[in-house]
Amino acid sequence: MIAQRNVLPYWLTAPGVLVMLAFVVLPLVLTLSLSLYPFLPGGTIGDSMTIANYADVARDEYFHVIFLRTFGMAFMVTFICIAIGVPEAYVLSRLSARWRAVSMVIVLGPLLISVVVRTLGWAVLLGNEGVINKILMAGGLVEAPVKMMFTFTGVVVALVHVLVPFMVVAVWTSLQKLDPTIEQAAESLGAGLPTVLRRIVFPQVIPGVLSGGLIVFSLAASAFATPAIIGGRRLKVVPTTIYDEFLGNLNWPLGATLAVVLVVLVLAISLGANRLIERKFKQVFV
Amino acid sequence: MSFLELKGLAKSYGDFQAVSECTLSVAKGEFVCLLGPSGCGKTTTLQMVAGFVEPTKGRILLDGKDITGIKPDKRGLGIVFQSYALFPHMTVANNVGFGLEMRGVANAERRKRVAETLELVHLGAMGDRYPRELSGGQRQRVAMARALVIQPPVLLLDEPMGALDAKLREEMQIELRLLQHRVGITTIMVTHDQAEAMTLADRVVLMNKGLIEQVARPFDMYEQPNGRFSSTFLGKANVFEGRVSGGVFEAKGLRLPVGSTVTAGEVDYIVRPEKMEFATNDALVHGPVSARVFLGNHWLFQVETPLGTLQLTHANIGLPQAAEGDDVGLTWSANNAHIVARSAAA
Repeated sequence: MIAQRNVLPYWLTAPGVLVMLAFVVLPLVLTLSLSLYPFLPGGTIGDSMTIANYADVARDEYFHVIFLRTFGMAFMVTFICIAIGVPEAYVLSRLSARWRAVSMVIVLGPLLISVVVRTLGWAVLLGNEGVINKILMAGGLVEAPVKMMFTFTGVVVALVHVLVPFMVVAVWTSLQKLDPTIEQAAESLGAGLPTVLRRIVFPQVIPGVLSGGLIVFSLAASAFATPAIIGGRRLKVVPTTIYDEFLGNLNWPLGATLAVVLVVLVLAISLGANRLIERKFKQVFV
Repeated sequence: MSFLELKGLAKSYGDFQAVSECTLSVAKGEFVCLLGPSGCGKTTTLQMVAGFVEPTKGRILLDGKDITGIKPDKRGLGIVFQSYALFPHMTVANNVGFGLEMRGVANAERRKRVAETLELVHLGAMGDRYPRELSGGQRQRVAMARALVIQPPVLLLDEPMGALDAKLREEMQIELRLLQHRVGITTIMVTHDQAEAMTLADRVVLMNKGLIEQVARPFDMYEQPNGRFSSTFLGKANVFEGRVSGGVFEAKGLRLPVGSTVTAGEVDYIVRPEKMEFATNDALVHGPVSARVFLGNHWLFQVETPLGTLQLTHANIGLPQAAEGDDVGLTWSANNAHIVARSAAA
């Protein structure tokens, strides 16, 4: 009887585990193993294991720039998402039930549209012949079009738009758990609204900001469609570089190496940030 | 001289009258309890004084100044919430010091006053702890210290003992009373617990359905309730509906003794259970004992009489005077019967 009861959960989770193994673990292992074989001139893959690919990535200035750009962009997107998402979530939590429902649809609505479509929308806005430049020039504010396509700023703007709903939802979940009388208590002690938000509300939603931040950061660092369309070849990030190595240069081992390095770095930064913040604000993590 | 005055305070939400009319004046240093069943408007009244709820009508005067329109952060009142509402991410000392910080009190002075106030609530050694590391009673004291440290003109307590267990609640009640006397601060407390109100209050404000039923000192309210609601909410009571005519009370064909001066008309005749006695001769009513319950310091008897089910208590001295099923007679002195004219509303 007891043995049976202990076995049942394994059977129940088995389908999920199998799917994980087949579609997540196996490709990761294959990618890892692919990255350990040399790429031979002529487009073939050698059969002796080597770490030469990693050495190439570690030495080559070209890749350093791409990695720095990718993570710089991911950090920037994360911070902007925090700056926009936290106040947005607070305002949402303060709305009446009906307006909250409407606003939630507006906030989450973009998630229902394909990333590619949304990004193409930004391309229409940001291009030299795009809506924004046309308006600026018609208004006589600028002489020549402002370059926004294929720039760092353009990619950051588009990524923030794509990712901010994740931050809003994460922070909103945290806000739901707050005791509203805590804000009243602060108010009764003489704190105005800005102080209440900064000193009382924000520290308590740190767990939500952290989980939202982790989601946004890892999605931004591994985003492909947005950097590919807005950034293009002139502003490569790691995912678009991987794509080019696989499908352009047909250098599968180097592409796999870049993929492994990206995964490891994103994991390391996320876990590090998680540990650091949980330790610093341990009182609000129940 | 009244220090805090509520003048015709009312609050309605749409058609619902949370508080219909509340007029009350509180003297400096007085401890007033707003007592009533849930939904009677006592918490809404407190929230209006605190400034979190805007009254639909009426004014609030503090020391002669109208504070009705002033935001809570400018009122400077000390408030203790039922959930304590401590800041979970701050230490006890920072929680208590927050109000002083908001007032721009310098660091050294702030530390000194925080330490003094924590000492006052017997939490001197707890300054570095976080709220989560404290027991319920300790949290309650931190909340109290946080409200007192800013030396507010009025302290507002919203069911401050609600989250404590019975034994601790009794201890904290006594402690709160001593503290309030020592500090001498004008206090308004909301509670639904009549024992708590009687323990703590100088005056009890009994509320029901958005209106004040009676305002009196606990002893006066117990001895001279102004109606059925007061008599049964504060303590237990046997209440008979009947008529007084020609100096005699009559209900369901029975005549009961009345004190010296009563006006004729429809009345409630109220006798407290502990003021009834068993009688062998001259019993006013008779009936069988349907239940006998031992409650430690006293016995509670339930007697089925022509007037209805009566309750009688007897101090636990010697053996109980009747058993379940016994036919007993009951009597009481006319002086212990309290007679109140029945209002049209009740």
